[in-house]
Amino acid sequence: MANIISDETIEYVGILAKLELSDDEKEQAKKDMGSMLDYIDKLGELDTGDVEPMSHVFPVKNVFREDVVTNGDTREDLLRNAPGEKDGMFMVPRTFE
Amino acid sequence: MDILSMTAVSLGAAIKKKEVTVREAVEAALDRIGEKEKEYHCFVTVDREGALGKADEVQKKINEGELTGPLAGVPVAIKDNMCTEGLLTTCSSKILGNFIPTFSSEAVRNLQKAGAVILGKTNMDEFAMGSTTETSAFGVTKNPWNPEHVPGGSSGGSAAAVAAGECFYALGSDTGGSIRQPASFCGVVGLKPTYGTVSRYGLIAYGSSLDQIGPLCKDVTDCAAIMEIIASHDPKDSTSVERKDLDFTSALVDDVKGMRIGIPRDYFGEGLDGEVKKAVLAAAKALEEKGAIVEEFDLSLVEYAIPTYYTIAAAEASSNLERFDGIKYGYRTKDYEGLHNMYKKTRSEGFGAEVKRRIMLGSFVLSSGYYDAYYLKALRVKALIKEAFDQAFSNYDVILGPVAPTTAPKLGESLLDPIKMYLGDIYTISVNLAGLPGLSIPCGLDEKGLPIGLQLIGDCFSEKKLIRAAYAYEQARGAFGRKEGK
Repeated sequence: MANIISDETIEYVGILAKLELSDDEKEQAKKDMGSMLDYIDKLGELDTGDVEPMSHVFPVKNVFREDVVTNGDTREDLLRNAPGEKDGMFMVPRTFE
Repeated sequence: MDILSMTAVSLGAAIKKKEVTVREAVEAALDRIGEKEKEYHCFVTVDREGALGKADEVQKKINEGELTGPLAGVPVAIKDNMCTEGLLTTCSSKILGNFIPTFSSEAVRNLQKAGAVILGKTNMDEFAMGSTTETSAFGVTKNPWNPEHVPGGSSGGSAAAVAAGECFYALGSDTGGSIRQPASFCGVVGLKPTYGTVSRYGLIAYGSSLDQIGPLCKDVTDCAAIMEIIASHDPKDSTSVERKDLDFTSALVDDVKGMRIGIPRDYFGEGLDGEVKKAVLAAAKALEEKGAIVEEFDLSLVEYAIPTYYTIAAAEASSNLERFDGIKYGYRTKDYEGLHNMYKKTRSEGFGAEVKRRIMLGSFVLSSGYYDAYYLKALRVKALIKEAFDQAFSNYDVILGPVAPTTAPKLGESLLDPIKMYLGDIYTISVNLAGLPGLSIPCGLDEKGLPIGLQLIGDCFSEKKLIRAAYAYEQARGAFGRKEGK
Protein backbone atom coordinates (compact mmCIF):
# COMPACT_ATOMS: atom_id res chain seq x y z
CA MET A 1 0.00 0.00 0.00
CA ALA A 2 1.42 3.33 -0.97
CA ASN A 3 1.67 5.95 1.74
CA ILE A 4 0.56 9.41 0.62
CA ILE A 5 1.93 12.10 2.89
CA SER A 6 -0.30 15.18 3.02
CA ASP A 7 0.81 18.80 3.24
CA GLU A 8 -0.68 18.93 6.73
CA THR A 9 1.42 15.98 7.87
CA ILE A 10 4.62 17.52 6.57
CA GLU A 11 3.73 20.83 8.25
CA TYR A 12 3.05 19.01 11.52
CA VAL A 13 6.23 16.91 11.40
CA GLY A 14 8.19 20.06 10.55
CA ILE A 15 6.91 21.62 13.77
CA LEU A 16 7.87 18.53 15.80
CA ALA A 17 11.29 18.37 14.16
CA LYS A 18 11.83 22.15 14.46
CA LEU A 19 12.75 22.34 10.79
CA GLU A 20 11.67 24.97 8.32
CA LEU A 21 11.56 23.38 4.88
CA SER A 22 11.35 25.26 1.61
CA ASP A 23 8.53 24.34 -0.78
CA ASP A 24 10.91 22.18 -2.82
CA GLU A 25 12.19 20.47 0.32
CA LYS A 26 8.61 19.81 1.44
CA GLU A 27 7.76 18.10 -1.84
CA GLN A 28 10.91 16.02 -1.61
CA ALA A 29 10.18 15.18 2.05
CA LYS A 30 6.66 14.02 1.13
CA LYS A 31 8.11 11.71 -1.49
CA ASP A 32 10.96 10.42 0.67
CA MET A 33 8.82 9.81 3.73
CA GLY A 34 6.16 8.10 1.67
CA SER A 35 8.60 5.67 0.12
CA MET A 36 10.34 5.00 3.44
CA LEU A 37 6.99 4.26 5.09
CA ASP A 38 6.03 1.95 2.19
CA TYR A 39 9.24 0.12 2.92
CA ILE A 40 8.73 0.10 6.70
CA ASP A 41 5.19 -1.26 6.20
CA LYS A 42 6.89 -4.55 5.38
CA LEU A 43 7.11 -5.09 9.14
CA GLY A 44 3.32 -5.52 9.09
CA GLU A 45 3.87 -8.96 7.52
CA LEU A 46 5.12 -10.21 10.89
CA ASP A 47 2.76 -11.19 13.67
CA THR A 48 4.19 -9.52 16.76
CA GLY A 49 1.04 -9.66 18.89
CA ASP A 50 2.67 -11.44 21.81
CA VAL A 51 6.18 -9.98 21.46
CA GLU A 52 7.36 -7.42 24.00
CA PRO A 53 9.03 -4.35 22.49
CA MET A 54 12.80 -4.57 23.07
CA SER A 55 14.37 -1.16 23.63
CA HIS A 56 17.70 -2.53 24.85
CA VAL A 57 19.33 -5.90 24.24
CA PHE A 58 20.61 -6.08 27.78
CA PRO A 59 18.49 -5.31 30.81
CA VAL A 60 19.25 -1.67 31.66
CA LYS A 61 18.83 -0.19 35.09
CA ASN A 62 19.20 3.29 36.43
CA VAL A 63 22.83 3.92 37.30
CA PHE A 64 23.16 5.97 40.44
CA ARG A 65 26.16 7.78 41.86
CA GLU A 66 26.80 10.03 44.82
CA ASP A 67 25.84 13.64 44.18
CA VAL A 68 29.40 14.92 44.21
CA VAL A 69 30.84 17.45 41.79
CA THR A 70 33.67 15.88 39.78
CA ASN A 71 34.17 18.41 36.99
CA GLY A 72 35.82 21.78 37.43
CA ASP A 73 34.69 25.24 36.38
CA THR A 74 34.76 25.34 32.59
CA ARG A 75 32.46 28.32 32.18
CA GLU A 76 34.86 30.32 30.04
CA ASP A 77 35.63 27.41 27.72
CA LEU A 78 31.94 26.53 27.41
CA LEU A 79 30.94 30.10 26.63
CA ARG A 80 33.61 30.31 23.96
CA ASN A 81 31.47 27.87 21.94
CA ALA A 82 28.29 29.90 22.40
CA PRO A 83 26.89 31.77 19.39
CA GLY A 84 25.87 34.55 21.75
CA GLU A 85 27.36 35.45 25.16
CA LYS A 86 26.91 38.30 27.63
CA ASP A 87 28.20 38.82 31.18
CA GLY A 88 29.26 35.19 31.53
CA MET A 89 25.90 33.85 30.35
CA PHE A 90 24.38 32.46 27.16
CA MET A 91 22.60 35.12 25.09
CA VAL A 92 19.27 33.89 23.78
CA PRO A 93 16.64 35.60 21.63
CA ARG A 94 13.71 37.19 23.41
CA THR A 95 11.57 34.32 24.73
CA PHE A 96 8.42 36.21 25.77
CA GLU A 97 6.78 38.98 23.84
CA MET B 1 63.25 1.57 7.65
CA ASP B 2 59.86 2.01 6.01
CA ILE B 3 57.85 3.27 8.95
CA LEU B 4 54.60 3.68 7.03
CA SER B 5 54.37 0.02 6.09
CA MET B 6 54.42 -1.02 9.75
CA THR B 7 51.33 -2.14 11.62
CA ALA B 8 50.46 -0.29 14.82
CA VAL B 9 51.79 -3.09 17.03
CA SER B 10 55.05 -3.47 15.09
CA LEU B 11 55.59 0.30 15.19
CA GLY B 12 54.89 0.28 18.93
CA ALA B 13 57.52 -2.44 19.38
CA ALA B 14 60.05 -0.54 17.24
CA ILE B 15 59.48 2.59 19.33
CA LYS B 16 60.00 0.62 22.51
CA LYS B 17 63.27 -0.79 21.12
CA LYS B 18 64.37 2.76 20.19
CA GLU B 19 64.57 1.84 16.51
CA VAL B 20 62.06 4.58 15.72
CA THR B 21 61.31 7.72 17.71
CA VAL B 22 57.74 8.87 18.27
CA ARG B 23 58.55 12.08 16.41
CA GLU B 24 59.79 10.10 13.39
CA ALA B 25 56.55 8.11 13.36
CA VAL B 26 54.42 11.25 13.64
CA GLU B 27 56.44 13.04 10.97
CA ALA B 28 56.16 10.06 8.62
CA ALA B 29 52.36 10.10 8.95
CA LEU B 30 52.19 13.89 8.61
CA ASP B 31 54.36 13.74 5.48
CA ARG B 32 52.06 11.15 3.96
CA ILE B 33 49.08 13.33 4.88
CA GLY B 34 50.79 16.28 3.21
CA GLU B 35 51.37 14.20 0.09
CA LYS B 36 48.00 12.51 -0.23
CA GLU B 37 45.38 14.55 1.55
CA LYS B 38 44.64 16.79 -1.42
CA GLU B 39 43.57 13.74 -3.38
CA TYR B 40 41.89 11.53 -0.72
CA HIS B 41 40.60 14.06 1.84
CA CYS B 42 40.43 11.64 4.76
CA PHE B 43 40.61 14.36 7.43
CA VAL B 44 38.40 17.25 8.49
CA THR B 45 41.15 18.53 10.81
CA VAL B 46 44.87 17.72 10.89
CA ASP B 47 46.46 18.77 14.19
CA ARG B 48 50.07 19.10 13.09
CA GLU B 49 51.38 21.16 15.99
CA GLY B 50 49.41 19.23 18.58
CA ALA B 51 50.70 15.90 17.28
CA LEU B 52 54.35 17.01 17.14
CA GLY B 53 54.13 18.50 20.63
CA LYS B 54 52.54 15.34 21.97
CA ALA B 55 55.19 13.20 20.25
CA ASP B 56 57.99 14.64 22.38
CA GLU B 57 55.91 14.42 25.53
CA VAL B 58 55.06 10.75 24.90
CA GLN B 59 58.68 9.95 23.97
CA LYS B 60 59.81 11.33 27.32
CA LYS B 61 57.29 9.18 29.18
CA ILE B 62 58.39 6.10 27.24
CA ASN B 63 62.05 6.82 27.99
CA GLU B 64 61.24 7.25 31.66
CA GLY B 65 59.37 3.98 31.77
CA GLU B 66 56.05 5.63 32.54
CA LEU B 67 54.41 4.43 29.29
CA THR B 68 55.01 0.76 28.55
CA GLY B 69 51.95 -0.29 26.54
CA PRO B 70 52.13 -1.88 23.07
CA LEU B 71 50.78 1.21 21.27
CA ALA B 72 52.64 3.94 23.17
CA GLY B 73 53.79 6.57 20.69
CA VAL B 74 51.77 5.22 17.76
CA PRO B 75 49.91 7.95 15.80
CA VAL B 76 46.13 7.54 15.50
CA ALA B 77 43.25 9.27 13.70
CA ILE B 78 39.86 9.82 15.36
CA LYS B 79 36.47 9.96 13.66
CA ASP B 80 35.10 13.47 13.92
CA ASN B 81 32.10 12.48 16.03
CA MET B 82 34.23 11.78 19.11
CA CYS B 83 34.88 14.77 21.32
CA THR B 84 38.54 15.78 21.65
CA GLU B 85 39.32 18.44 24.22
CA GLY B 86 40.50 21.65 22.56
CA LEU B 87 40.33 20.15 19.06
CA LEU B 88 37.58 20.97 16.57
CA THR B 89 34.87 18.27 16.49
CA THR B 90 32.36 18.79 13.69
CA CYS B 91 30.51 15.51 13.02
CA SER B 92 31.12 16.66 9.42
CA SER B 93 28.19 19.04 9.87
CA LYS B 94 27.84 22.78 9.35
CA ILE B 95 25.87 22.93 12.60
CA LEU B 96 29.00 21.91 14.57
CA GLY B 97 31.44 23.58 12.18
CA ASN B 98 33.05 25.65 14.96
CA PHE B 99 32.60 23.36 17.97
CA ILE B 100 35.62 22.92 20.27
CA PRO B 101 34.83 20.40 23.03
CA THR B 102 35.84 21.09 26.62
CA PHE B 103 36.37 17.39 27.30
CA SER B 104 37.45 14.22 25.51
CA SER B 105 35.41 11.10 24.91
CA GLU B 106 36.28 8.15 27.14
CA ALA B 107 37.64 6.06 24.25
CA VAL B 108 39.99 8.89 23.28
CA ARG B 109 41.07 9.35 26.91
CA ASN B 110 41.83 5.63 27.12
CA LEU B 111 44.01 5.92 24.01
CA GLN B 112 45.80 8.97 25.39
CA LYS B 113 46.50 7.20 28.69
CA ALA B 114 48.12 4.44 26.61
CA GLY B 115 50.36 6.98 24.85
CA ALA B 116 48.54 7.47 21.55
CA VAL B 117 49.37 10.56 19.53
CA ILE B 118 46.30 12.04 17.82
CA LEU B 119 46.99 13.23 14.28
CA GLY B 120 43.57 14.69 13.63
CA LYS B 121 39.89 14.08 13.04
CA THR B 122 38.58 12.06 10.13
CA ASN B 123 35.81 12.82 7.69
CA MET B 124 32.48 11.01 7.93
CA ASP B 125 28.90 11.10 6.74
CA GLU B 126 27.18 13.99 8.52
CA PHE B 127 26.23 12.78 12.01
CA ALA B 128 27.22 9.26 10.83
CA MET B 129 24.13 9.11 8.62
CA GLY B 130 25.18 7.56 5.34
CA SER B 131 27.13 4.71 3.80
CA THR B 132 29.57 6.57 1.56
CA THR B 133 31.02 9.61 3.44
CA GLU B 134 29.40 11.72 0.70
CA THR B 135 26.93 13.44 3.06
CA SER B 136 29.80 15.23 4.83
CA ALA B 137 29.41 19.02 4.83
CA PHE B 138 33.14 19.30 4.18
CA GLY B 139 33.53 17.36 0.94
CA VAL B 140 33.80 13.72 -0.03
CA THR B 141 36.59 11.29 0.86
CA LYS B 142 38.03 9.14 -1.93
CA ASN B 143 38.86 5.45 -1.73
CA PRO B 144 42.67 5.09 -1.85
CA TRP B 145 42.34 1.85 -3.86
CA ASN B 146 40.63 3.80 -6.62
CA PRO B 147 39.81 7.49 -6.08
CA GLU B 148 36.81 7.29 -8.39
CA HIS B 149 35.10 5.15 -5.77
CA VAL B 150 33.69 5.91 -2.33
CA PRO B 151 35.51 4.73 0.81
CA GLY B 152 32.23 3.59 2.34
CA GLY B 153 30.77 5.14 5.43
CA SER B 154 30.03 6.52 7.71
CA SER B 155 33.59 6.04 9.09
CA GLY B 156 34.97 6.50 5.56
CA GLY B 157 37.68 8.97 6.52
CA SER B 158 39.03 6.63 9.21
CA ALA B 159 39.08 3.61 6.87
CA ALA B 160 40.65 5.55 3.99
CA ALA B 161 43.27 7.12 6.27
CA VAL B 162 44.41 3.66 7.42
CA ALA B 163 44.43 2.32 3.85
CA ALA B 164 46.39 5.34 2.60
CA GLY B 165 49.00 5.10 5.37
CA GLU B 166 47.97 8.53 6.68
CA CYS B 167 47.72 7.01 10.16
CA PHE B 168 48.60 3.67 11.74
CA TYR B 169 45.11 2.99 13.04
CA ALA B 170 41.90 4.88 13.61
CA LEU B 171 38.75 4.91 15.69
CA GLY B 172 35.36 4.76 14.04
CA SER B 173 31.79 4.31 15.22
CA ASP B 174 29.25 1.77 14.00
CA THR B 175 25.47 2.25 14.24
CA GLY B 176 24.42 0.06 11.31
CA GLY B 177 27.72 -1.00 9.74
CA SER B 178 29.69 2.25 9.79
CA ILE B 179 32.97 0.59 10.85
CA ARG B 180 32.65 -2.75 9.06
CA GLN B 181 31.48 -1.51 5.66
CA PRO B 182 34.16 1.17 5.09
CA ALA B 183 36.75 -1.31 6.44
CA SER B 184 35.53 -3.73 3.77
CA PHE B 185 35.59 -1.11 0.98
CA CYS B 186 39.08 0.11 1.95
CA GLY B 187 40.68 -3.29 2.60
CA VAL B 188 41.36 -2.85 6.32
CA VAL B 189 40.25 -4.66 9.47
CA GLY B 190 37.34 -3.19 11.46
CA LEU B 191 35.54 -4.34 14.59
CA LYS B 192 32.19 -3.28 15.99
CA PRO B 193 32.29 -4.53 19.60
CA THR B 194 29.39 -5.86 21.65
CA TYR B 195 27.09 -3.00 22.68
CA GLY B 196 28.35 -1.52 25.96
CA THR B 197 31.97 -2.66 25.59
CA VAL B 198 33.48 0.71 24.62
CA SER B 199 32.13 3.75 26.45
CA ARG B 200 29.93 6.08 24.40
CA TYR B 201 30.75 9.01 26.70
CA GLY B 202 31.74 11.88 24.42
CA LEU B 203 30.58 10.14 21.25
CA ILE B 204 28.09 12.51 19.61
CA ALA B 205 24.95 10.37 19.59
CA TYR B 206 23.11 9.18 16.49
CA GLY B 207 21.14 6.07 17.53
CA SER B 208 22.12 5.59 21.16
CA SER B 209 20.84 2.02 21.50
CA LEU B 210 22.92 1.00 18.45
CA ASP B 211 26.10 3.16 18.50
CA GLN B 212 29.44 1.55 19.36
CA ILE B 213 33.02 2.78 18.94
CA GLY B 214 35.61 0.41 17.52
CA PRO B 215 38.97 0.16 15.73
CA LEU B 216 39.91 0.37 12.03
CA CYS B 217 43.38 -1.03 11.50
CA LYS B 218 45.82 -2.95 9.35
CA ASP B 219 45.51 -6.44 10.82
CA VAL B 220 43.84 -8.59 13.47
CA THR B 221 46.75 -8.26 15.92
CA ASP B 222 46.34 -4.48 15.88
CA CYS B 223 42.59 -4.91 16.31
CA ALA B 224 43.00 -6.97 19.49
CA ALA B 225 45.64 -4.62 20.92
CA ILE B 226 43.49 -1.52 20.29
CA MET B 227 40.44 -3.21 21.81
CA GLU B 228 42.35 -3.92 25.04
CA ILE B 229 43.01 -0.19 25.33
CA ILE B 230 39.63 1.29 24.42
CA ALA B 231 37.29 -1.22 26.10
CA SER B 232 36.45 -0.18 29.65
CA HIS B 233 33.62 -0.01 32.11
CA ASP B 234 32.63 3.64 32.39
CA PRO B 235 30.13 4.91 34.98
CA LYS B 236 29.65 8.00 32.78
CA ASP B 237 27.89 5.79 30.17
CA SER B 238 24.87 4.20 31.83
CA THR B 239 24.80 1.43 29.18
CA SER B 240 28.46 0.54 29.74
CA VAL B 241 28.86 -3.14 30.63
CA GLU B 242 31.33 -4.40 33.23
CA ARG B 243 33.30 -7.19 31.56
CA LYS B 244 36.08 -9.33 32.91
CA ASP B 245 37.18 -10.83 29.59
CA LEU B 246 38.94 -7.89 28.00
CA ASP B 247 42.23 -9.74 27.32
CA PHE B 248 41.56 -9.72 23.58
CA THR B 249 45.17 -10.38 22.54
CA SER B 250 45.01 -13.78 24.25
CA ALA B 251 42.74 -14.82 21.36
CA LEU B 252 45.45 -14.29 18.72
CA VAL B 253 45.80 -18.03 18.24
CA ASP B 254 46.08 -19.77 14.88
CA ASP B 255 43.68 -22.56 15.75
CA VAL B 256 40.05 -23.02 14.72
CA LYS B 257 39.85 -26.78 15.14
CA GLY B 258 36.32 -27.71 16.12
CA MET B 259 35.04 -24.14 15.87
CA ARG B 260 31.45 -24.22 14.59
CA ILE B 261 30.92 -21.71 11.83
CA GLY B 262 27.47 -21.06 10.39
CA ILE B 263 26.88 -19.57 6.95
CA PRO B 264 23.41 -18.01 6.70
CA ARG B 265 21.90 -18.97 3.34
CA ASP B 266 19.82 -15.79 3.49
CA TYR B 267 23.04 -13.75 3.18
CA PHE B 268 23.89 -15.30 -0.18
CA GLY B 269 20.71 -14.69 -2.12
CA GLU B 270 19.58 -12.06 -4.59
CA GLY B 271 21.56 -8.83 -4.65
CA LEU B 272 24.91 -10.33 -3.67
CA ASP B 273 27.63 -9.71 -6.23
CA GLY B 274 29.11 -12.92 -7.69
CA GLU B 275 32.72 -11.99 -7.05
CA VAL B 276 31.98 -11.06 -3.43
CA LYS B 277 30.17 -14.36 -2.94
CA LYS B 278 33.07 -16.34 -4.36
CA ALA B 279 35.68 -14.61 -2.20
CA VAL B 280 33.64 -14.99 0.99
CA LEU B 281 32.96 -18.69 0.38
CA ALA B 282 36.66 -19.23 -0.38
CA ALA B 283 37.44 -17.72 3.02
CA ALA B 284 34.98 -20.14 4.64
CA LYS B 285 36.75 -22.97 2.84
CA ALA B 286 40.11 -21.79 4.18
CA LEU B 287 38.77 -21.95 7.73
CA GLU B 288 37.26 -25.38 7.07
CA GLU B 289 40.64 -26.61 5.88
CA LYS B 290 42.07 -25.47 9.20
CA GLY B 291 39.63 -27.68 11.06
CA ALA B 292 36.55 -25.51 11.56
CA ILE B 293 33.15 -27.14 11.11
CA VAL B 294 31.39 -25.09 8.47
CA GLU B 295 27.65 -25.47 7.83
CA GLU B 296 24.92 -23.58 6.06
CA PHE B 297 21.76 -22.60 7.94
CA ASP B 298 18.74 -20.31 7.68
CA LEU B 299 18.98 -17.24 9.89
CA SER B 300 15.55 -15.86 8.89
CA LEU B 301 14.09 -12.32 9.16
CA VAL B 302 17.02 -10.80 7.24
CA GLU B 303 14.75 -8.70 4.99
CA TYR B 304 13.11 -7.10 8.05
CA ALA B 305 16.34 -5.77 9.52
CA ILE B 306 16.60 -2.62 7.38
CA PRO B 307 13.06 -1.29 7.92
CA THR B 308 13.41 -2.06 11.64
CA TYR B 309 16.73 -0.28 11.79
CA TYR B 310 15.64 2.86 9.95
CA THR B 311 12.60 3.23 12.19
CA ILE B 312 14.58 2.89 15.41
CA ALA B 313 17.66 4.82 14.27
CA ALA B 314 15.59 7.70 12.85
CA ALA B 315 13.48 7.85 16.02
CA GLU B 316 16.55 8.02 18.25
CA ALA B 317 18.27 10.49 15.92
CA SER B 318 15.29 12.87 15.94
CA SER B 319 15.46 12.91 19.72
CA ASN B 320 19.28 13.06 20.03
CA LEU B 321 19.63 15.87 17.49
CA GLU B 322 17.13 18.11 19.27
CA ARG B 323 20.05 19.48 21.26
CA PHE B 324 21.37 21.37 18.24
CA ASP B 325 19.41 24.56 18.73
CA GLY B 326 21.89 27.40 18.22
CA ILE B 327 22.07 28.32 21.91
CA LYS B 328 25.01 26.73 23.68
CA TYR B 329 27.36 25.81 20.82
CA GLY B 330 27.58 25.46 17.09
CA TYR B 331 25.98 27.38 14.27
CA ARG B 332 23.26 30.02 14.73
CA THR B 333 21.40 31.55 11.82
CA LYS B 334 22.10 35.20 11.11
CA ASP B 335 18.59 36.65 10.74
CA TYR B 336 15.58 35.54 12.73
CA GLU B 337 12.47 36.74 14.48
CA GLY B 338 12.12 35.38 17.98
CA LEU B 339 13.20 32.15 19.60
CA HIS B 340 11.27 29.55 17.63
CA ASN B 341 12.12 31.06 14.29
CA MET B 342 15.79 31.04 15.37
CA TYR B 343 15.59 27.32 16.24
CA LYS B 344 13.96 26.43 12.96
CA LYS B 345 16.22 28.50 10.74
CA THR B 346 19.37 27.42 12.58
CA ARG B 347 18.52 23.76 12.21
CA SER B 348 17.31 24.03 8.63
CA GLU B 349 20.47 25.83 7.54
CA GLY B 350 22.81 23.78 9.75
CA PHE B 351 21.74 20.23 8.86
CA GLY B 352 22.21 18.57 5.47
CA ALA B 353 19.55 16.76 3.43
CA GLU B 354 20.13 13.20 4.73
CA VAL B 355 20.12 14.34 8.37
CA LYS B 356 16.89 16.28 7.83
CA ARG B 357 15.34 13.27 6.09
CA ARG B 358 16.03 11.07 9.12
CA ILE B 359 14.94 13.69 11.67
CA MET B 360 11.64 14.08 9.79
CA LEU B 361 11.08 10.32 9.60
CA GLY B 362 12.01 9.90 13.26
CA SER B 363 9.70 12.70 14.38
CA PHE B 364 6.89 11.08 12.41
CA VAL B 365 7.29 7.54 13.76
CA LEU B 366 7.39 8.89 17.32
CA SER B 367 4.38 11.17 16.87
CA SER B 368 1.09 10.57 18.58
CA GLY B 369 -1.04 8.17 16.55
CA TYR B 370 1.94 6.54 14.80
CA TYR B 371 4.14 5.60 17.76
CA ASP B 372 2.59 2.15 18.27
CA ALA B 373 2.25 1.31 14.60
CA TYR B 374 5.82 2.21 13.67
CA TYR B 375 8.16 2.68 16.61
CA LEU B 376 6.82 -0.01 18.96
CA LYS B 377 6.33 -2.37 16.02
CA ALA B 378 10.01 -1.97 15.13
CA LEU B 379 11.04 -2.67 18.75
CA ARG B 380 8.97 -5.86 18.64
CA VAL B 381 10.61 -7.00 15.40
CA LYS B 382 13.99 -6.17 16.95
CA ALA B 383 13.14 -8.69 19.70
CA LEU B 384 12.39 -11.32 17.02
CA ILE B 385 15.69 -10.59 15.24
CA LYS B 386 17.58 -10.95 18.50
CA GLU B 387 15.79 -14.28 19.07
CA ALA B 388 16.85 -15.52 15.62
CA PHE B 389 20.48 -14.79 16.49
CA ASP B 390 20.13 -16.44 19.91
CA GLN B 391 18.87 -19.52 18.09
CA ALA B 392 21.79 -19.43 15.65
CA PHE B 393 24.36 -19.05 18.42
CA SER B 394 23.00 -22.11 20.20
CA ASN B 395 24.43 -24.02 17.21
CA TYR B 396 27.39 -21.93 16.08
CA ASP B 397 30.38 -20.10 17.56
CA VAL B 398 30.62 -17.68 14.67
CA ILE B 399 28.42 -16.61 11.76
CA LEU B 400 30.30 -15.98 8.52
CA GLY B 401 29.14 -13.90 5.57
CA PRO B 402 29.84 -10.88 3.40
CA VAL B 403 30.07 -7.36 4.85
CA ALA B 404 28.30 -5.70 1.92
CA PRO B 405 26.56 -6.94 -1.25
CA THR B 406 29.13 -5.25 -3.51
CA THR B 407 32.55 -3.63 -3.43
CA ALA B 408 32.82 0.17 -3.21
CA PRO B 409 30.45 1.96 -5.63
CA LYS B 410 31.55 4.91 -7.70
CA LEU B 411 31.31 8.40 -6.22
CA GLY B 412 27.93 10.02 -6.79
CA GLU B 413 26.01 6.81 -7.54
CA SER B 414 24.58 6.03 -4.10
CA LEU B 415 22.85 9.22 -2.99
CA LEU B 416 20.49 9.23 -5.98
CA ASP B 417 18.36 6.49 -4.46
CA PRO B 418 18.35 6.47 -0.62
CA ILE B 419 16.50 3.17 -0.29
CA LYS B 420 18.99 1.45 -2.56
CA MET B 421 21.79 2.88 -0.43
CA TYR B 422 20.06 1.62 2.73
CA LEU B 423 19.85 -1.87 1.16
CA GLY B 424 23.64 -1.96 1.03
CA ASP B 425 23.59 -2.27 4.83
CA ILE B 426 21.59 -5.51 4.79
CA TYR B 427 24.34 -7.77 6.20
CA THR B 428 25.64 -5.38 8.85
CA ILE B 429 22.56 -3.76 10.30
CA SER B 430 21.00 -6.63 12.26
CA VAL B 431 24.25 -6.99 14.22
CA ASN B 432 23.60 -3.56 15.76
CA LEU B 433 19.95 -4.34 16.44
CA ALA B 434 20.98 -7.44 18.38
CA GLY B 435 23.94 -5.74 20.12
CA LEU B 436 26.40 -8.30 18.71
CA PRO B 437 30.08 -7.95 17.85
CA GLY B 438 30.99 -8.01 14.14
CA LEU B 439 34.40 -8.03 12.50
CA SER B 440 35.33 -7.14 8.93
CA ILE B 441 38.53 -8.48 7.37
CA PRO B 442 39.73 -8.28 3.74
CA CYS B 443 39.32 -11.55 1.82
CA GLY B 444 40.21 -10.64 -1.75
CA LEU B 445 39.92 -8.19 -4.61
CA ASP B 446 37.34 -8.03 -7.36
CA GLU B 447 38.13 -7.64 -11.06
CA LYS B 448 38.27 -3.87 -10.67
CA GLY B 449 40.95 -4.29 -8.02
CA LEU B 450 38.66 -3.20 -5.16
CA PRO B 451 38.79 -4.97 -1.79
CA ILE B 452 36.15 -7.47 -0.65
CA GLY B 453 35.34 -7.86 3.05
CA LEU B 454 34.53 -10.97 5.04
CA GLN B 455 32.24 -10.49 8.04
CA LEU B 456 32.42 -12.61 11.17
CA ILE B 457 29.58 -12.19 13.65
CA GLY B 458 29.62 -13.50 17.21
CA ASP B 459 27.23 -13.77 20.11
CA CYS B 460 27.32 -10.96 22.68
CA PHE B 461 30.67 -10.84 24.51
CA SER B 462 32.35 -13.29 22.13
CA GLU B 463 34.85 -10.90 20.47
CA LYS B 464 37.61 -13.34 21.32
CA LYS B 465 36.06 -16.02 19.10
CA LEU B 466 35.89 -13.50 16.25
CA ILE B 467 39.50 -12.47 16.80
CA ARG B 468 40.63 -16.11 16.87
CA ALA B 469 38.74 -16.97 13.66
CA ALA B 470 39.93 -13.79 11.93
CA TYR B 471 43.52 -14.34 13.03
CA ALA B 472 43.49 -17.93 11.77
CA TYR B 473 42.01 -16.79 8.48
CA GLU B 474 44.59 -14.03 8.18
CA GLN B 475 47.40 -16.56 8.62
CA ALA B 476 45.94 -18.70 5.83
CA ARG B 477 45.29 -15.71 3.58
CA GLY B 478 48.71 -14.12 3.89
CA ALA B 479 49.65 -10.47 3.47
CA PHE B 480 47.01 -8.05 2.21
CA GLY B 481 47.50 -4.40 1.54
CA ARG B 482 48.23 -1.79 -1.01
CA LYS B 483 51.35 0.10 -1.86
CA GLU B 484 51.01 3.84 -2.07
CA GLY B 485 52.19 5.08 -5.45
CA LYS B 486 53.90 8.42 -5.73
